[in-house]
Amino acid sequence: MNGQVAAAYVVPGLPHPLLAPEASPAWRKLRGAYARVAAEIEATDADLILYFSTQWLSVLGYLFQADPEPGWTLVDHNWHEFGAMKYKMRVDTEFASAYAREVKAMGHYAREVNYEGFPIDTGVVVAQALLNPSNRFPAAMVSCNMYAEKQETLSIGQAAVRALEKTGKRAIVVCVTGLSNRFEVEEIDPLDDKLSSLKDDEWNRKILEILGEGRLEDVSEVMREFSRQANADMGGRGIWWLNGLCGKHNDFSGRVFEYQPIWGTGAALAGLYPKRAIRPVPGWVNDEADLVERFVGAGVKAKASDSSAARPVAGEAVIENRRDEASRGEGPPSGVVRAEKAPEPVGPYPHARRVGDFLFLSGCGPRKPGTKIIPGVVIDAEGNVVAHDAEAQTRSVLENIKAILEEAGAAIEDVVDVQVFLTDMKRDFAIFNKVYGEYFTKSGPTRTTVEVGSLPTPIAVELKVTAYLGPRSRAGAR
Amino acid sequence: MGEGKIIAGVLAPHPPHLVYAENPPQNEPRSEGGWDALRWGYERCRKSVLAQKPDVFLVHSPHWMTVVGHHVLGLPRFQGLSVDPIFPHLFRFRYDVRVDVDLSLLIHEEGRKAGLTMKVMRNPDFRIDYGAITSLYLMNPAFDVPMVSISCNNSPYYFSNEVGQEEMKRLGEATAEAIERSGKRAVLLASNSLSHRHFTTEPEIPEDMSHEHIYHHGQYLWDMQVLKLMREGRSRELIDILPEFMDMASAEVKAGALTWMISALGFPAYPAEVHGYGSVIGTGNAVVEWAHERMKNERAHEREEGRERTRGRWGGQADGAAEERTGGVR
Repeated sequence: MNGQVAAAYVVPGLPHPLLAPEASPAWRKLRGAYARVAAEIEATDADLILYFSTQWLSVLGYLFQADPEPGWTLVDHNWHEFGAMKYKMRVDTEFASAYAREVKAMGHYAREVNYEGFPIDTGVVVAQALLNPSNRFPAAMVSCNMYAEKQETLSIGQAAVRALEKTGKRAIVVCVTGLSNRFEVEEIDPLDDKLSSLKDDEWNRKILEILGEGRLEDVSEVMREFSRQANADMGGRGIWWLNGLCGKHNDFSGRVFEYQPIWGTGAALAGLYPKRAIRPVPGWVNDEADLVERFVGAGVKAKASDSSAARPVAGEAVIENRRDEASRGEGPPSGVVRAEKAPEPVGPYPHARRVGDFLFLSGCGPRKPGTKIIPGVVIDAEGNVVAHDAEAQTRSVLENIKAILEEAGAAIEDVVDVQVFLTDMKRDFAIFNKVYGEYFTKSGPTRTTVEVGSLPTPIAVELKVTAYLGPRSRAGAR
Repeated sequence: MGEGKIIAGVLAPHPPHLVYAENPPQNEPRSEGGWDALRWGYERCRKSVLAQKPDVFLVHSPHWMTVVGHHVLGLPRFQGLSVDPIFPHLFRFRYDVRVDVDLSLLIHEEGRKAGLTMKVMRNPDFRIDYGAITSLYLMNPAFDVPMVSISCNNSPYYFSNEVGQEEMKRLGEATAEAIERSGKRAVLLASNSLSHRHFTTEPEIPEDMSHEHIYHHGQYLWDMQVLKLMREGRSRELIDILPEFMDMASAEVKAGALTWMISALGFPAYPAEVHGYGSVIGTGNAVVEWAHERMKNERAHEREEGRERTRGRWGGQADGAAEERTGGVR
């Protein structure tokens, strides 16, 4: 398959499988799994191996190894008794520069490091020694910013795939990270190494089950909870980076090679094999991936100099929808309304559902049907919403509601209750009320209007309505 | 042997920027200066400490991180190139340090007696962390006094700030016992900044001081609060509020060096001297000296003279309180 990523792997970065595999059955098994992954990599046509290690921490943005032949004798600060790791690597400096440029273009600080004796972290040294000992593949590596949250880490991953595309390269992607990261803090007998808690073990297995099914996006989504529960290595940033790089989806085959403890932490090797070509996601920005919809602003794309990215028009915003994977191929259950002329739902819910004589509509926003355009939004150079037109949005919401009602065999006159959500009550209520009055009379539906802190996408107005379809007059609407 | 003593404790932060700014021959990058208030503070502190002729510097740095216990260096000499992984453009320093292995082993022994997990690091290829190198250089650029380096155990990160504090108190007590047994005149270096939220970008010229300021005012207020306690000799209160300080100001003292040092000093009740305070890439840093031996001698002298305790010396508090507090001088 073409695309920028031949395969992706998650591997642990502690030195035990490299330096002391015979000391523990668990470490020996991990060493064996490393060998199996190395054999897979060896059989690929990749141009390089790209590493992200949770052990290479940065504060100032992101660092990129740019020494063409870094070499050193590394002694791990904690595990020095296991011996030294002498390395000499071959680095793809062309790609390092390209990657740094992409990260800069996304608005982050980036620095190429080409210094004698720069301390390449234990994680990369271990992975490189076990996966690419002959240096057949040049390596590339990027640091893990200790302050970056999910959205930024995702975007650093996405920058990598952009750099791969621009350099015309195809990579093996290796995320060097542990799973649960609670060490035994006393000396242990390596023969008895085990997970430091049953809870951590259960969480690791849960994560690996999902990874084994190739559901990278789903693993990424639960990383925060995993961190809370099992002290995930660097808060799961490695998985976020990988997910950003791969384009935030679940379309992989997965394989778990091994799962074992290292000094009480969870260590696993897993492979992800793309079912579709991994390429840059057009219009990607530094979004909050937990949103069901992704807001695509103008500023970052402009900075990215990415000609393939769609350019939003002033006054409009673009939404990318993420479909609920689980719902594909299923027919709608009884009473469910999926309207063709209304904007597509942005999550796992229908436009409306009829129960008895009542029709309940899902919350409805102003997005134009069949497009990703939100009317009346002004975006600044940084991609922030700086102004919105409440009148345009209210009118568009009500038109969307009319469309859903009509496709459900109802009309706006059947609406008996309306819940209104405004993001700026003080500013927008009057204009909202005016437009609302064009659709409903005083004797129309009951109504409740509340101000909310935010809505899932950069909209200012959302309505949730209920209609009654039993025998009654339709006197309430104009 | 016996009758070793701690002659001073120093809060000795390790921003590599300060070394970079000094342009020592060991450091490859060149600068036009910067961070003067802190560097001059170090200069004053250095004069004060070196005048007391220490036999050994003990440094506890958060950049030698260990998860299994507390480690000490167990070989007599380390030479090499220390490159800061975070600020490599500022710090690429060729070091040559001598280790007081005897004292290292005594700390190892006393730590074990105290129930702590201890290890001796004997791998000759081990690279000394840049935090320790920075604090040592700034206190003694000649590197002509042997050192003992103690690793930073990550227990507060795996358990809680309070657990980490308790562990470091015990390590401090063990360190004091080891120093007493060693017969050496020791200086403790707690290689920690105070508030520790960094900016994630830097100006084109890193030493461009027009860009340097504390990350946010809350950090400044917290830094001032803990410095006030130091200056007033209220070290038990200081240690009590550190867990909150760690959370509220992302304080690097979470790594435990300050607690270790205060504990080794016996929770001193005399005022510490703040030689300098300033921010480095947004973090709050102070060079603070606990002139332990001098304070102890002053106390003895005052007793001989039978003088009334001076109110100014002890923060204007009642004589009885002063008497009680001076008992904290080990």
